[in-house]
Amino acid sequence: MRQIAVYGKGGIGKSTTTQNTVAGLSEAGYKCMIVGCDPKADATRLILHAKAQTTVMDLARERGTVEDLTIDEVLLTGFRGIRCAESGGPEPGVGCAGRGVITAINFLEENGGYGADTDFVFYDVLGDVVCGGFAMPMREGKAKEIYIVTSGEMMAMYAANNISRGILKYAQSGGVRLGGLICNSRKTDKEYELISELAKRLNTQMIHFVPRDNEVQRAELRRMTVIEYSPEHPQADEYRALAKKIAENRDLVIPTPISMDELESLLMDFGILENEEAVA
Amino acid sequence: MKLMKIRDHNELFEAREYREQFENKKEFEDPWPAERVKEVAEWTKTEEYKEKNFARKNIKINPVKACQPLGALFCASGFADTMPFVQGAQGCVAYFRSHLNRHFKEPLAAISTSMTEDAAVFGGLNNMLEGLENAYSLYKPKMLAVSTTCIAEVIGDDLNSYVKTAREKGLIPEDLPVPQAHTPSFVGSQITGYDNEMKAILSTITTGKKSTPNGKVNVIPGFDTYTGNYREMKRLFGIMGVEHTVLADVSDTFDSPNTGEYKLYPGGTPLADAADSINAMATIALQRYSTSKTLEYIEKEWGQKTAVLPPIGIRNTDTFFEEISKISGKPIPQEIEDERGRAVDALVDSHPYVHGKRFALTGDPDLLLGLVSFIMEMGGIPVHIVCTNGDKKFEEEMTNLLTESPFGAEGKVYINRDMWHLRSLLFTDPVDLLIGNSYAKFLWRDTGTPLIRIGFPLFDRHHLHRYPIIGYQGALNMFTQIVNTVLDELDRKTMNTTSFDVIR
Repeated sequence: MRQIAVYGKGGIGKSTTTQNTVAGLSEAGYKCMIVGCDPKADATRLILHAKAQTTVMDLARERGTVEDLTIDEVLLTGFRGIRCAESGGPEPGVGCAGRGVITAINFLEENGGYGADTDFVFYDVLGDVVCGGFAMPMREGKAKEIYIVTSGEMMAMYAANNISRGILKYAQSGGVRLGGLICNSRKTDKEYELISELAKRLNTQMIHFVPRDNEVQRAELRRMTVIEYSPEHPQADEYRALAKKIAENRDLVIPTPISMDELESLLMDFGILENEEAVA
Repeated sequence: MKLMKIRDHNELFEAREYREQFENKKEFEDPWPAERVKEVAEWTKTEEYKEKNFARKNIKINPVKACQPLGALFCASGFADTMPFVQGAQGCVAYFRSHLNRHFKEPLAAISTSMTEDAAVFGGLNNMLEGLENAYSLYKPKMLAVSTTCIAEVIGDDLNSYVKTAREKGLIPEDLPVPQAHTPSFVGSQITGYDNEMKAILSTITTGKKSTPNGKVNVIPGFDTYTGNYREMKRLFGIMGVEHTVLADVSDTFDSPNTGEYKLYPGGTPLADAADSINAMATIALQRYSTSKTLEYIEKEWGQKTAVLPPIGIRNTDTFFEEISKISGKPIPQEIEDERGRAVDALVDSHPYVHGKRFALTGDPDLLLGLVSFIMEMGGIPVHIVCTNGDKKFEEEMTNLLTESPFGAEGKVYINRDMWHLRSLLFTDPVDLLIGNSYAKFLWRDTGTPLIRIGFPLFDRHHLHRYPIIGYQGALNMFTQIVNTVLDELDRKTMNTTSFDVIR
């Protein structure tokens, strides 16, 4: 069983990319599972064709304790037998979402939620590694392989670099490795080259460049992955390619995060950020 | 010799000047009128109040449980040369230690990493690193058994990676066992914490130790706070001639001889024996609900046979010896048969006083199962069974146990309830006897139900923990406590009547 965590800046398309990739892996015959680690709980809707699945923490809130839950209530099966669970969490601005992730993952583990025959478990984790709870998927015995979804926008790259720092912490004391950057294209200038270069500086690879295509949005409106909604569409092939690359990926590294200055000079080199002196 | 005359709390505040002070203070306290207080107090005894009480959701009053790390710390203290190490707040650890001190009247060393506001924000890595380094160099433990308090759990401290970092930095030796258990206080109770720490210790210390079978039996007592039980268990295994390893033997930790010399590590299961437990022929747990994860681990990872054999009461002890005999292939010696015979004889002797007595009980799940079984054997009637830290599985097991005997017909089990719930039950459906820990004395005060102190903690009566409550001898000890409570009560009630008798 390979356990993989997907991180990236909020709104970058982690959940969409994860679900489409997992759909691709399932199509190729792998048994997959998705664990959403975000209080918004939108990591499984394209697989389950549902607005939002009942989360572990929803039920825990209702019953007062997580001990009264059974695994079948929170582990649902969707497209091509993909098993889905969502940690859920508190309303924005209250409580502790990180603890929600810890509680939910412990619950799944203790109640045999992972299943012996699973090939891939994907953790779809909220925006950034803001606290210990969101690093839970990286703890020993869990995800050893991390992918970061990014784009050519500066803040997305900034987040990718920041997440690499978090991974580095866990890579030094454990077996956590970075598998690569997934560029979810925003059609910014020289995006392909820029992310390839960022990947190089982080000691990793751009495992795939996912072009922007509105077919993704059309499929999403119908609560489906592109692979299910329009299997013949070229965009579906992109996700299949990404799935194949992940399945075959052996290039797992300890990242080498760069400084903010280096990141900015990288953007300048590519002519995206103007040199302050040149402007003056 | 001249005796110093120091008035203690109990006498001092009865003195005239203090009584006057208390009276005068009322002027500033603006209390409710005494009649109104009395009226409400009376109302709390009614059926109407009971219904409101049982509908209460958001407060627990006098719950019968402690928190996870207390159990973890207790478990760790039963291993030789082991320092319990708590990643978390200082006050929490002070509480665990004082709670255990007050029960055993014995000191206990334990480490806290003193996490404060900065650790809550930046994570507890530095606390852990400094803590491990200090603890190792100051106290020279052979094992540091880590557990956590709420603060470390809420911020998601990753113990495993912290300990690895400490090793990489050379703060603790590479081969020092440092098992880690996540023990958030807001989940489960002390029995969960015991289980988590036991599993962590065994899985850490037995790594790579699998070799030839050693022919021994492992015994895991569970969260058992009777040092007498540990000594009794070892005595019984000795009589049976079964070689055994008690896993987490706290008997010397919490009941060590007074030699005038303080020992930091007064006893416990030798670590070599604990490491060899993986090669035993079977593991016997004496409690189910404080060992479930550990047993699951032993079956799955060690491929070892396990059994839960709680030896409380006559029938349970019978089963215990029958099973031990099967596992070890050794017959039950006459000596044990005689012990049984003597215990049964005692039960028969006092039978008239206990038969038909109605009981209310409160305590941990395993203790309650043992007690209810024993009470029904004595012809007693268990009525209210309150278990704050019992789960649905326990509720079912208890309900099944009650249906096995006609004496169980009135019995009702309440999980997730506390002693304030029990207070209502004792008023609306009174019983003859109450079994519980020291905190149950408030119920005794309010309802007048005689209290038999069995369980944890026992703060207000001394040395009870030194006398076993397991095996036939334990049954006899408990029975003595029970019947003499009945007789004390009888004397009190008949004090000025013709029934006040010397012979009972």
